[in-house]
Amino acid sequence: MRNLLNITDLTTGEIDELITVAEDIIANPEKYQDVCRRKKLATLFFEPSTRTRLSFEAAMLDLGGNVLGFSEASSSSTSKGETVGDTIRVVCGYADIIAMRHPKEGAPYAAAQVATKPIINAGDGGHNHPTQTLTDLLTIHRERGSFENFTIGFCGDLKFGRTVHSLVSALARYTGIHFVFISPEELKLPRYIIDNTLDKQHLSYEETNSLEEAMPRLDMLYMTRVQRERFFNEADYIRLKDTYILDPEKLEAAKPDLCILHPLPRVNEISVEVDNDPRARYFAQAENGKFIRMALIMKLLGLKA
Amino acid sequence: MKIDSIQNGIVLDHIQAGRSMEIYRLLGLNRLDCSVAIIKNARSTQMGKKDIIKIADRIDINLDVLGFVDPGITVDIIENGELVEKKHVQLPEKLVNVLKCKNPRCITVSEPHLRSEFLLTDREKRVYSCAYCDTRYHR
Ligand SMILES: [Zn+2]
Repeated sequence: MRNLLNITDLTTGEIDELITVAEDIIANPEKYQDVCRRKKLATLFFEPSTRTRLSFEAAMLDLGGNVLGFSEASSSSTSKGETVGDTIRVVCGYADIIAMRHPKEGAPYAAAQVATKPIINAGDGGHNHPTQTLTDLLTIHRERGSFENFTIGFCGDLKFGRTVHSLVSALARYTGIHFVFISPEELKLPRYIIDNTLDKQHLSYEETNSLEEAMPRLDMLYMTRVQRERFFNEADYIRLKDTYILDPEKLEAAKPDLCILHPLPRVNEISVEVDNDPRARYFAQAENGKFIRMALIMKLLGLKA
Repeated sequence: MKIDSIQNGIVLDHIQAGRSMEIYRLLGLNRLDCSVAIIKNARSTQMGKKDIIKIADRIDINLDVLGFVDPGITVDIIENGELVEKKHVQLPEKLVNVLKCKNPRCITVSEPHLRSEFLLTDREKRVYSCAYCDTRYHR
């Protein structure tokens, strides 16, 4: 039995295979509509994330399967003191596969120790969110046709932004990508990612604090949210949150085939005026999340079309 | 200072001076009935100063713990007053229930019954990472 707790659980070959299946699902959805007939996905959301939960449920429904689960209104009510392990043991009796989101880091690993069904980590605090990374990879692959020879900019909170850390480590497996890290000094990419991933694998990268300066060179631009809860100090948050807002004016210097991504939800880091620009691909990116989750559920259940 | 040599038991030798109490605690030697001698700052030709622990019983020693605290330690097994085996320890790949994760957001902190697991993720830099949350711990 396999789980997906961290994007590093998958080999490059397995990621490529998931992307191939997802692209086939997009091309031939009817081929997959009964693949998970009579199978059940449990979505256990110990903290709410409507968007991620709906994406998993839509994925299972489009495969002809069923869904059950819960979403806690607040993380403080986590099953009235029941351990993660106990909840998982019970649910393994009801469902064929489990997608879980939990506010505590490593909760999916604890779940996997006792589970008899595959566990998918749908986000564990600020730690991992591998299906977001798979979504990002599918989007890049669909937009570029490959994982080679492009310049990708990451902009915003690069210090705490787990989606960025995870996507950088996944893209580091491919060759010919140039990384541009655009952030305020306070929210730069952590040193250990530079040491253990970028420098160790001799990747091409640069760091800058100016989005305008970097813009003309970018083929892809990955925007992130600056989260209020990451700051101890309200004044720091207010000072930094508007630093890197993408608007039509900044896009004037961009390439005509730039592709703008964002894991969503956004606050105001991308102005709504950008939404109608054909270079804005973040809503397409969200839809890709459903297709890659379909491919993942099939893989973990050992099912093929 | 004179410590009687033991007839049957274990001698942990070549402990870096100052580390013996940490080893005493991590191995749970306080729970033993037999006599345990801790010798601090013994003179050593190789090391200048070293600590030594003598345990007057053939207990099971968690060699992983020793390798983690100090890979230079040697473990001498004594039978009938004779040295019958000398073991060298090394930095272990995995540590179970030795360290506690310091990340307040880690599930092992809110559910302390979970067994702690740390994996050696960088042998050169002696870095262990929590198997649950990946928090790094430098030795
Ligand atoms: Zn931890």
